[in-house]
Amino acid sequence: MMPRKNKPKRPKYQYFAFWYLVPTLIVITAFHVIPIFFSLGLSFFSWDLISTAKFEGLRNFRILWNDPLYWLSIRNTIYYTIVAVPLNIILALTIAILLNQKIRGMDAYRLIYFIPVITSINAVSIVWKLIYHPNIGLLNAFIGLFGIPPQRWLLDPKWAMLSIIVMSVWKGLGYNVIIFLTGLKNIPPHLYEAATVDGANRMHQFRHITLPLLSPVTFFVSVMSIIGSFQVFAQIYMMTPGGGPMNSTLTIVYYLYKVGFGDFHFGYASAIAFELFIMIFLLTLFQKLVVEKRVHYQ
Amino acid sequence: MESLSRANQVQRFFVHFLLILGSIAMLFPFLWMVSTSLKSPEDMLSSSLNLIPSQFMWRNYLDAWNAQPFARYFLNTIIVAVVTVGCQLFFSSLAAYAFSFFHFPFKNFIFIALLGTMMIPQQALLVPDYVILANLRWLDTYLALIVPFTASVYSVFFFRQFFMTLPRDLYEAAVVDGCSHFGFYFRILLPLSRPPMLTLGIFSFLGSWNSFLWPLIVTNSTELRVLQVGLAYFLSEAGTEWGLLMAASTFSIIPLVIGYLIVQKRFVENQAMTGLKE
Repeated sequence: MMPRKNKPKRPKYQYFAFWYLVPTLIVITAFHVIPIFFSLGLSFFSWDLISTAKFEGLRNFRILWNDPLYWLSIRNTIYYTIVAVPLNIILALTIAILLNQKIRGMDAYRLIYFIPVITSINAVSIVWKLIYHPNIGLLNAFIGLFGIPPQRWLLDPKWAMLSIIVMSVWKGLGYNVIIFLTGLKNIPPHLYEAATVDGANRMHQFRHITLPLLSPVTFFVSVMSIIGSFQVFAQIYMMTPGGGPMNSTLTIVYYLYKVGFGDFHFGYASAIAFELFIMIFLLTLFQKLVVEKRVHYQ
Repeated sequence: MESLSRANQVQRFFVHFLLILGSIAMLFPFLWMVSTSLKSPEDMLSSSLNLIPSQFMWRNYLDAWNAQPFARYFLNTIIVAVVTVGCQLFFSSLAAYAFSFFHFPFKNFIFIALLGTMMIPQQALLVPDYVILANLRWLDTYLALIVPFTASVYSVFFFRQFFMTLPRDLYEAAVVDGCSHFGFYFRILLPLSRPPMLTLGIFSFLGSWNSFLWPLIVTNSTELRVLQVGLAYFLSEAGTEWGLLMAASTFSIIPLVIGYLIVQKRFVENQAMTGLKE
């Protein structure tokens, strides 16, 4: 055997490697890195893209602070998040647990639950818009069977956001089911066997084995779902154009779109975009620092 | 064979019952979409719960197809998706090659900085990217739809993870045999990379096919509309012609569902894997 060298030989730099990075670095720099600084800069100006930009200092942020529509859009986004994310996770986990057994037709079920995920949100938004239609919609016809009076769903400020949420959960559920299912399959079966020998019932097993061992997966799923729900746009645009009755479905990204590309207030839209960026950034950071410490890793 | 106890049977029945109920909830909107796409306007007013149309309006499909230049929308969507995915796989695998096989200054710094850009939500970039594209005079061109998405940090990361599992001797042996560094990438690494190529290819294709907000903003003319934007226009223009709208939804979903059924096994497994690795 060769004696082990104390110091590994310092490898020579292979400068040609930079060439391989060029395409990716150019595109990322031009369309991701520069824009984020540009956006921050732009938020100090008022600008409509055509006339000369005017420096306004912090004025955009001050207006934003007092903009009722902005606060409403944040409120709506938070409402969407705190209803849709737990609903999605609870349903997805339940389905995954049901699927995580040696049952016939497992592949078929998996296939079915995943179909809404791959279909495009715009096409299914059109379908759901008709499902929610007050006169000829499926939902009102269905609840009519139980004697419940028809509702105006997407046209009613009380129901509009909930309708969007139900449709979004239906659309995104399968994705989390598959991720939970993989997580469940990674839990060693001998743990359950040992627990059964010790006389633990199903509920105990779920609480003391499944949930703790699944927590990294649950963590991953919730971070991704929360970030995703802060970016909701397409279904709002398609199903409740304009932001819904009494702006009840106006989300942050929809408001950003409206201000930027409806009114062409680019500086103001940049201020909104920058706050959205900070929010998502902090959310990710918070989850990484605080929640990740508490979850159980094998 | 082990015989099932009574309690076990009941439990199994219960599990299937719940799963079938869920499956109906997942599939019924699609079934209803197809059924409604074949209904006449009068038919639609009668009962929404009736799944069989009194008269099959196959014409709805033809009328919907002609109401908007859907052929063009499909073509645009396919062109954009294919070119985007092709470039993205090529550029990302090149970058990952550099990160996993070579030493160069600031290697870790660059890699971590790239990962950091993944924290930036796309929506925060809409306004500045729009301005940049306007200055490049790329608005309302294919370039605006394609170029910003030809790089993907996620793909670089994914390829790198894959390349790290390959034996390092592979490279040294190839170089001894007179292979250039690009030759190694092209003749040895690429053929080995089929699994990550397929996984990433499927995902970015789907992402490109389904993207909406970006093409909505950066294109204006009908000739450049992609399918999702076309659907949005159709919805605002056709208003209450629900038969046609459902027909359009149906034919825009069908290619995805067929493609999904073909690749589903690999797709679902990889989805879960990529989801967990992060």
